Amino acid sequence: MSHTTQSDPPRAVRGGAGTTRVLPLLARVLGIGIIAALAVMVTPALVAQERWGFLAVFWGVVALLLAVYATKRAVPAKYLLPGVLFLSLLVVYPILMTFQLSTTNYGDGTRTSKEVTVNKIIASAAFQEANARRFTLAVGTEGTVDAGPYTFFLVDQATGDAFAGTEDGLTDLPADATVTDGAVTEVPGYTMLTKQQINTLSNTGGPLEGFTIPTGDNTVIVAQGFQAIELTSPLVYDQANDTFTDTRTGTVYTPQRSGDRSYFTDSEGNRLSSQSWGESVGFDNYKRIFTDPRISKNFLGIFAWTVVFAVGSVALTFLLGLVLAVVLNESRMRGQKVYRSILLLPYAIPGFISLMVWSSFYNTDFGLINNLLGTHVNWLGSTALARSAVLLTNLWMGFPYMFLVATGALQAVPSELKEAASIDGASGFTHFRKITFPLVLVSVAPLLVASFAFNFNNFNAIQLLTEGGPFSASDPTAGGTDILISYTYRLAFGTSAQQIGFASAISVILFILTGVLAAIQFRGTRVLEDVN
Amino acid sequence: MSATTQTTSDTLSTAGGPPLRRDPNDTQPHGARWWREIGWRHIVGVVAIVYALIPILYVVSASFNPIGSVSATNLIPTQFSLTHYESLFNDPNRPYARWYLNTIIVAVVVVSAQVFFSALAAYAFSRFRFRGRRGGLLTLLLVQMFPQFLAVVALFQLFSSVGEVFPAFGLDTLAGYILLLLGGSLGQVWLIKGFFDSVPKELDEAAKIDGAGHAQVYFQIILPLVRPILAVTGLIAFVSVIGEFLLASIFLRETAVKTLAVGMYTVLDGDRSNNLGWFAAAAVLASIPVVLLFQYLQKYIVGGITAGAVKG
Repeated sequence: MSHTTQSDPPRAVRGGAGTTRVLPLLARVLGIGIIAALAVMVTPALVAQERWGFLAVFWGVVALLLAVYATKRAVPAKYLLPGVLFLSLLVVYPILMTFQLSTTNYGDGTRTSKEVTVNKIIASAAFQEANARRFTLAVGTEGTVDAGPYTFFLVDQATGDAFAGTEDGLTDLPADATVTDGAVTEVPGYTMLTKQQINTLSNTGGPLEGFTIPTGDNTVIVAQGFQAIELTSPLVYDQANDTFTDTRTGTVYTPQRSGDRSYFTDSEGNRLSSQSWGESVGFDNYKRIFTDPRISKNFLGIFAWTVVFAVGSVALTFLLGLVLAVVLNESRMRGQKVYRSILLLPYAIPGFISLMVWSSFYNTDFGLINNLLGTHVNWLGSTALARSAVLLTNLWMGFPYMFLVATGALQAVPSELKEAASIDGASGFTHFRKITFPLVLVSVAPLLVASFAFNFNNFNAIQLLTEGGPFSASDPTAGGTDILISYTYRLAFGTSAQQIGFASAISVILFILTGVLAAIQFRGTRVLEDVN
Repeated sequence: MSATTQTTSDTLSTAGGPPLRRDPNDTQPHGARWWREIGWRHIVGVVAIVYALIPILYVVSASFNPIGSVSATNLIPTQFSLTHYESLFNDPNRPYARWYLNTIIVAVVVVSAQVFFSALAAYAFSRFRFRGRRGGLLTLLLVQMFPQFLAVVALFQLFSSVGEVFPAFGLDTLAGYILLLLGGSLGQVWLIKGFFDSVPKELDEAAKIDGAGHAQVYFQIILPLVRPILAVTGLIAFVSVIGEFLLASIFLRETAVKTLAVGMYTVLDGDRSNNLGWFAAAAVLASIPVVLLFQYLQKYIVGGITAGAVKG
């Protein structure tokens, strides 16, 4: 990059700007330098953990930055690159990833790969034979203590032979490892876990629970306290045919799909194990939405309410906002500014706060609403009331916005039109209905569509008010006020069994619906003409 | 969202202030005619104000009422105390000050980055003619239509694995959450491009003749001219960042890294009957700066919302 210094004659001539050029150059060199240094720093760790995706992204970014900022070409790209990088990595890529996830059955119970599940099934029926090998156990990790990946370091208590075992299988111990008193104590590149850490991580639900090292078709090594033993199983997995055979009975089990999961099942439909595994299920998640009667009933009901909620919110807020705008838009009225400032308040308060405040208003025993009305109604207890409550709250939060919008639109209506109408003898209301209202509607239409699109995915309004409830006792997954996004959220992150793949499929549908809304919005505005 | 919005924001720019197009022939009517033409409007206005204010008064009143449970709270405070405000700052299990600070850190970093990167890109789209410009603008518009949180499932997976490799940017870190929100870095391009387009090109050309490079034109000529508008754009973005709840509730689960939105929700959700005093005080303190900002910037915000910004 030496040619960018001041000694470059044409540039030096171009402006007495030579002194200010040092700063941008410095910034550029520093910026690229820091990113490149960072990439160099993380490379060894990424290679060690075989994180090829991250490695490619890092060096791809460095290469792009160099290509764009170290040369004089591609000037527009210099301005676009940073934002585009963030957008691609954190918005576009996750959208694509959502689609990919939606074709899997990923979720609780299917987080493990098929290989690991097979080993676990073998281990679950395995027993210890009289001459089974026993090992002294040490656990190390190349990653973090809490998340792994983990390796078992084993020393055979009878022979003293040492091994390294992962869920992929058994290998010889690295030559540079240290073995002290019949136990592996140190392995370069690995962090060794303390006994307490091993204990904690092996608890139910911990990452080491059920850690199984396959050593043959029907032999595995599993931990037993701070020892490990080799177990032999009557269940033999045949990789070529993808079947399990129980050597005691001769029963053959093959994988059968049930819902979005596969289980090893015999010819009479008995499952060998309740353990399933993660796999690609194609478009099954989408099919389930429309064909599984329970799911499609939920989905269609929630979809309908999502539309009603969004339309209702926009219509109610616009109506109230417009009425107030018409009434208060009278130049002879005193105190207009005061009215406007106060009516702006509900809009100015951060939305999440208003929602939480309103959710406490609906409390049966001490809520403000029951308090003011002198009633004792469980507002969020029945679907109809809860839905009204959601709309009422959204009305309070949204009408100031529509009031401002409508006021602006009203003031933009040419006064000649009003005069012409009154000459024709039109009454106030007729005039409003026939002339003012259509004009206002045309000018605010794009904002109404935008507001609809916003409410269509207005997660906060539902989650913070009702959490999607009320729920019927029989179905904890779909609540009375759930909209699609809050439903998706619960499927993926709720307290019951998480269904990541299925939730992703609903997300994809939401993307499509949002895209349709966007298309309508494009058509309604002249935005596309503005591009040039 | 610009063409229409550009025109609407021009025509609506008076909406924030009082409409001063007063006809000199207009005089204030009196008596019955005043009631028929003006007075009833005040009645409607007052009713609207009551509707707008009751919830706010209730919360303010609850925040000063020393009795913490909801049942004892009335619209008009009968007792006055600052107990709840004190309790915001002396309970380590609900570190309100920490959450406040976290929120400000997140909002300042994210909004600065968003305005800076958006303004950079807007400059390219406004001033350069290059291959893929039209396509780029349209793609941007399209991608922007999809809220980032719709991909929440994938984002969660993504940051789980980021956390395994770079724990500093994983789940339950402010840095990771900030990085996540930087995905919206180009969120303001269309709005800012509109402002750049309104700066005459003759200015750049004059500067270029004087020997300024493209970066100098940008940083020393155009940027200073639109600085006030960038500030307002940033403030509107600020309000939407502090209200972000969905992603925060998944990414920030540990007490120390929560933002106000998730922190306050956890407290309220924990015990709805007895935390009302605490919550009311927290709500008042969190709202005051934003409300003041809104009142102060009223007329710009009206321009901004009619240009298509929808507050969350």
